[in-house]
Amino acid sequence: MTLTRWTKPEVTGWSPFWHLSTLRDEIDRLFETPLAEFTRGTQQFLGGWLPAVDLYEDKDSVVVKAELPGMKKEDIEISLHDGVLTLAGERKQEQKFKDAELYRTERFLGRFQRTLSLPSPVESDKVSATYKDGILTVTLPKTEEAKPKQIEVRVN
Amino acid sequence: MNTLVEKQSQCAPVKRVEENQYLMPAVNIAETKDTYVIEAEMPGVTRDHLEITLEDHTLTLTGHREPAPPPGEAVYVESKPASFRRIFDLEPTIDAGKITAQLEQGLLTLTLPKAERVKPRKIVVTD
Repeated sequence: MTLTRWTKPEVTGWSPFWHLSTLRDEIDRLFETPLAEFTRGTQQFLGGWLPAVDLYEDKDSVVVKAELPGMKKEDIEISLHDGVLTLAGERKQEQKFKDAELYRTERFLGRFQRTLSLPSPVESDKVSATYKDGILTVTLPKTEEAKPKQIEVRVN
Repeated sequence: MNTLVEKQSQCAPVKRVEENQYLMPAVNIAETKDTYVIEAEMPGVTRDHLEITLEDHTLTLTGHREPAPPPGEAVYVESKPASFRRIFDLEPTIDAGKITAQLEQGLLTLTLPKAERVKPRKIVVTD
């Protein structure tokens, strides 16, 4: 932020450059805003909280991991529909900060949702999930048909 | 606001890989009547791999993450395997001896109580 001397605006003296100079002020202001603030705004605009998600696959199952620090187990929703896995949940404003003065709020509050197309068909009734150290791990066993099979070929 | 000043002045709320390959955990900092509270997100960090040091009013939070063997072939990976680190300069009014820490589901919560107000002293001039 720079302090510039205030000058009385010339009401009568219209200048074609006036709009240009206000535009320049706007651009200056934009660059003075910490970039962090700017990207945070964009992130929220693009759909809020997007936790990092990893997807792994081995011969028997598909494993999905999501980084969800500081959640309550009951606030996490997992659903599977037509080979698409949806992870959703909500982090609520905590009461303990109600009367506090906040200096930094980088942690996301509110709802998140991630959807992932699974690379193989899975047994929907055998899906299991664990939540430990802030990481959600969903294990989805593959259907028998999806598992790779070794076919023995006899050569005569 | 000079209560809890960060060592690195450019503290982006987005996770960013530092030069030394540390991720900056997202934090919330709040002040109540008698404490400061810092919450830092460190998913995947266990209690044994958490390191909190206080030296000359400099508080360093480090959460080490062991690269675990992947549960299969990676199809899609967004998470970064690096450890977390963030450094704060604490206000001298914080009672360093009474700082407490709690780690629950990858969220570190530090409670930093303020010291009892230093009472104004009367200085007597001696002959």
